[in-house]
Amino acid sequence: MARRNNRSIRRLSLVALAAVAGLVLAGCGGSNIKSTTTASGKSCGPFNIAVNPWVGYEADAYVVGTVAQQKLGCQVNYKNLKEEVSWQGFGSGDVDVVLENWGHPDLVKKYIKGNHTGQDAGPTGNIGVIGWYVPPWLAKAHPDILSWKNLNKYASKFKTSESGGKGQFLDGDPSFVTNDEALVKNLNLNFKVVYAGSETALIQAYRKAEKNHSWVIGYFYDPQWFLSEVPMKKVSLPKYTPGCDSNPAKIACDYPKYNLNKVVATKFAESKSPAYTLVKNFHWTNDDQNLVAKYIAADHMSPTDAAKKWISANPDKVKAWLQGT
Amino acid sequence: MSTTVTRPADTSPVQEEQPRVESHRPTHTFARLAVVVAVWVLGWLVLRGHQTLALPGAQLTSFQSWLNDVKNSFDAARETNVFFKVIGGLSDGLNWLFTHLQYLFSTPAPGRPVPEIGWVGVLALLVFTAFALAGVRSAVLVLVGTLAFGYLGYWRESIDTLLITLLAVAICVLIGVPIGIWMARRKGVSASITPLLDAMQTMPSFAYLPPLALIFGIGTASAIVLTVIYAIPPLIRITEHGIRGVSEGAVEASQSLGCTSGQQLRKVQLPMARRTIVVGINQCMMAALSMAIIAAFVSGPGLGVPVTQSLAALDIGGSAVSGGLIVVIAIMLDRTTTAASQRGEILARAGSGTRRMRRIVLVVLAVVTVVAVYVSRLRLSAAQFPAHPALQRPVSSFISSVTDAVVNAIEQVTTAFANIVSYGLINPLQSVLASSPWWLSAAAILALAYVLGGWRPTVTAAVCEAVLLGVGLWNDSMITLTTVLVATIIVVVVSVVLGVTMGRSGRTDTILRPLLDALQTIPPFVYLVPALALFGVGRFTAIVAAVAYGVPIATKLVADGIRGVSPTSVEAAESSGATVWQMITKVQLPMSRAAVVLATNQGLLYVLSMVVIGGLVGGGSLGYFVVAGFSQDQLFGKGLAAGIAITALGIMLDRIARHAAARHGRA
Amino acid sequence: MTQTVPATEGRSTPAGDPALVVDGLWKIFGSRADKVIGTPDAALSRKELQAKTGCVTAVKDVSFSVQPGEVFVVMGLSGSGKSTLVRLLTRLIEPTAGTIRMGGEDITSADAGHLRELRRHHVAMVFQHFGLLPHRTVIDNVAFGLEVRGLGKSERRVRAQEMVDLVGLAGNEGSFPDQLSGGMQQRVGLARALAVDPTLMMFDEPFSALDPLIRRDMQNEVIRLHQEVGKTMIFITHDLQEALKLGDRILIMRDGEIVQIGTPAEVVANPADEYVRDFVSDVPRSHVLTLRYVCRRPEGGDPGRGPALQADEVVRDAARQVLAAQDPVRVFDGETFLGIVEDEDILRVVVAEEDVAS
Repeated sequence: MARRNNRSIRRLSLVALAAVAGLVLAGCGGSNIKSTTTASGKSCGPFNIAVNPWVGYEADAYVVGTVAQQKLGCQVNYKNLKEEVSWQGFGSGDVDVVLENWGHPDLVKKYIKGNHTGQDAGPTGNIGVIGWYVPPWLAKAHPDILSWKNLNKYASKFKTSESGGKGQFLDGDPSFVTNDEALVKNLNLNFKVVYAGSETALIQAYRKAEKNHSWVIGYFYDPQWFLSEVPMKKVSLPKYTPGCDSNPAKIACDYPKYNLNKVVATKFAESKSPAYTLVKNFHWTNDDQNLVAKYIAADHMSPTDAAKKWISANPDKVKAWLQGT
Repeated sequence: MSTTVTRPADTSPVQEEQPRVESHRPTHTFARLAVVVAVWVLGWLVLRGHQTLALPGAQLTSFQSWLNDVKNSFDAARETNVFFKVIGGLSDGLNWLFTHLQYLFSTPAPGRPVPEIGWVGVLALLVFTAFALAGVRSAVLVLVGTLAFGYLGYWRESIDTLLITLLAVAICVLIGVPIGIWMARRKGVSASITPLLDAMQTMPSFAYLPPLALIFGIGTASAIVLTVIYAIPPLIRITEHGIRGVSEGAVEASQSLGCTSGQQLRKVQLPMARRTIVVGINQCMMAALSMAIIAAFVSGPGLGVPVTQSLAALDIGGSAVSGGLIVVIAIMLDRTTTAASQRGEILARAGSGTRRMRRIVLVVLAVVTVVAVYVSRLRLSAAQFPAHPALQRPVSSFISSVTDAVVNAIEQVTTAFANIVSYGLINPLQSVLASSPWWLSAAAILALAYVLGGWRPTVTAAVCEAVLLGVGLWNDSMITLTTVLVATIIVVVVSVVLGVTMGRSGRTDTILRPLLDALQTIPPFVYLVPALALFGVGRFTAIVAAVAYGVPIATKLVADGIRGVSPTSVEAAESSGATVWQMITKVQLPMSRAAVVLATNQGLLYVLSMVVIGGLVGGGSLGYFVVAGFSQDQLFGKGLAAGIAITALGIMLDRIARHAAARHGRA
Repeated sequence: MTQTVPATEGRSTPAGDPALVVDGLWKIFGSRADKVIGTPDAALSRKELQAKTGCVTAVKDVSFSVQPGEVFVVMGLSGSGKSTLVRLLTRLIEPTAGTIRMGGEDITSADAGHLRELRRHHVAMVFQHFGLLPHRTVIDNVAFGLEVRGLGKSERRVRAQEMVDLVGLAGNEGSFPDQLSGGMQQRVGLARALAVDPTLMMFDEPFSALDPLIRRDMQNEVIRLHQEVGKTMIFITHDLQEALKLGDRILIMRDGEIVQIGTPAEVVANPADEYVRDFVSDVPRSHVLTLRYVCRRPEGGDPGRGPALQADEVVRDAARQVLAAQDPVRVFDGETFLGIVEDEDILRVVVAEEDVAS
């Protein structure tokens, strides 16, 4: 045992010796590789962007991040997080900015109105539309389905093994508070809300339905890169009027249009970082975002490459964002 | 990976003793089961739809709101509370340590365009370490695997995953081994810590991710803590088992020679338990690696990031490549630790000539490594992984197109199959479980527990049922229970068929085993998209994902059991003219009954660990709530409640299964 | 078996303090074991006690003493409590009640440090399953006791080497236990025990895991070692032949209680009860019985003729002389005349054996 131990100790010490030697060399070498300097002289420092898990958001994040890195010399950290955790990060300094916020009154209440760790930083220019969608083949074959009033007529067609005898309404990503259970009930629709559980599942279901001409209806939203692959058609619900969604249990109207906005950490806003100015100025269209999203999702580019491609094609917009930095 | 690469509670083989058999009454069990089921179904026919305790998706019980309040007050306290300050210091330390490891190996160090040690240096260090610890074969494996990191385009992410896994495992060893030793020496400690370990392994990580990120901050520290929570239980259990398993004779002999308890530990128990503890470390590594994806949800670095990003873009090929690298890392770590544990023994017994030879080789290689590290600091080509050939895109496109082709070819059949199972099996079963009045289902489950396992599991089941009621998720728990049961049944059937085939034919085993290993280590996120394409959104797809995850371990256990049947018995049966079918049903299966029972148990636990993943593809109920609770602030309480419910379901099923096996398994 | 000369002495009774004195030793396993002794329950049989309290009596009120240099054998079937008894002696298992004195020192009240000293220097044990450390070579196993004591490496190696040579394992120092046969492994166990130079050696069924031929070799080895080093030995076995062969005295246990203590010849000649009688019934008596147990008092006292033999001569060894002699052989215990032995006395023993055999 003693001998064995000695042996393994010797072996270990050899490994350790090599490691130490490696580290020592690592510490003193380094002549041929040129040291880097930051791209510009401005003091930007670290810039923490939350990246929520959908491709459109990735487009926003990597375009802003790449600009911040290239033009402002920021040390950009992308944080892959869901919404709730992202907002939570404002207070601790882990997250500086959420670049695409879809309303989220619950989070606004808690972090902007509540503990003031976050604040609004203006619209992104994207208009968010949430609603009920059917695949294009269905809209074409049964045009009247695009009104909610006719949905009950087709309810039996939407039946699946999951919907317990009623028509299946596919609800989405658990990230977003949906009104669909209330809508189904209050509009007396013979449907059952079934939770797909993720955006991935939702997209896959729509893709499959369009390909096989099967019946599906569900929750979806725009801007979304998938719409450029399969242009889902929106079903009209009773028109949204301000306040019609104030009582969650009684909702019987469509979702509002969202002016998607940016939310930043209060600390970050007060830091006078040039990155904050960039975020404030950042503004683009749904088409811009969909283009970058398409680069990523359909053309399989890395988010950084996709962002670079768009940036070099749109110098004017980028220039406008950099004003005042 | 013959030392099973496992994820959830690799419980029974080593960790817990079989429960005490209460009394043995094999007769009439089936009749009594039939009576209970008949009463249940009758009750359901009359009373279905009443008192099911169904709760609409967005509605919260007071307990669930209370959980929300607790989290909010936590959140509010973080600026002032001392606890947060201490933990904050700890997380800062972890983050600092990891960042500097990254500067050293994976990400550009401050003031440099590249890390301190370039790819050539990192490669040399890894290969050298593998050679020194585990020998030539492991070194070659590590060489090929590490090159794959770079050529498949995920050099940095792979190294990050490797670093975070090793760092987490190091922490696990520092904490877990002493706890394991302590548990082995004190029965009371063991009894009080074991339930905690059960909970750590069965509680879905998503359920406690937001508060964890609150306490440890977003980023590496949280990812490490998350990994440690999940990976430490197997190490603790196996260490305890290893120390306990040291031959009593040797311990007694050392006592009789007047060893102090420290001497006994150092000179007798630890050296003798060494191999078992290495198995524990191996299991710990595999568990840690399986958290690579979840870690990405709190912005942990590594391969989880590309996997989740590919998932968001429904890029099957991309997620397969990045997920496949996790398999590569798993194989590297598994083979190296396994070989290292065997090597100690071999080396100790080698002649002194061999040893001298080896020492010379090691010194030479160490010099080569040092030179490689040095060069990798100087020259950009040795520092940055060559961009060509870039295999990532071709490989991932190939995988995508093959998958598409397969999906197109069999989609109709698989969808039809999913419908048959859903309508024919899942729906009726779910209807009985979930639309009976809650008290009827609860009583029926207790009755079944009693008939199968006696009063002990019945008490446990009663407590677990109380938890399900208490957290306000009875109806959803019954729905989840349905899918778990169906998935477990499928796992058992498939693994018995495959396992018997493998156990009887060495060639089949050779072919299937690596596939099973890969299936077991590949992140389930990778096959969600193809599964959705084949089976559509719904509970069946959730079941498929669970089955894919549960089958490998169960199959391997059955195969090992079949192979373990005494050759004499097989020979005896052969000589009395048994057909193949008779051989399997009358000799091999009955004699490997213990293995089948164990496979069922493990399959069940693996299936349970997939409830949350199932929630992502339409599994609904508890799994969905856990994900939703992770995503939506106001549903946090419901998510955590669902996590607790999953744990309760798991413990209930596990105890019933184990007691039933103990009772009827030794007939 | 007609002869009845009261027998009181053992084959060797050296003078001086006993090496070990055990008095009223009890071991009861169970949660409320300490509540049993001193109540009427203590008198219950093992089965009755277990039925009543759930406690199991392993050792029940055992007292005996062992003389320095003696080989004292404890014999009983499995479950008789003999292995527990030997573990109680160095408190590997804590006794429930009773005292143990070793060389005049009270073991039962010794603290942990004291006990450790005792185990390190005075008592060594050889185990049924050897209890070797598989990760150590033979020499390191033998040196283990010395290492635990804190002896320097070179010193303990020298001593261990001596022991390895003594038990006939020279040349195997560098082997690992699993490379040795069972018999050789037990020699390692033996050497390990001898290495600490104990005053008392305990053997817990050391040879029962070995096959018969090896077992006989090892028994002879123990006899040889005993002659060479003269240690006091306590030897546990379930094998009566072994007990008779090795023991100066034998303690027979059943259900935790002493059934009989005596020399081999005493036990064979005068079994205390049916249990022992049964046990010894197929023992080759001529190998065990001494003349003491077969001689008769002649009507007229010492006849004065015929060859004289000592009383502790075994029948088998004396048979030829007795049969060859013209006159009855006279048996003496030292100077004291005990009686005479004639042909028919010898034949009775031998024939009885054959009856048993057939």
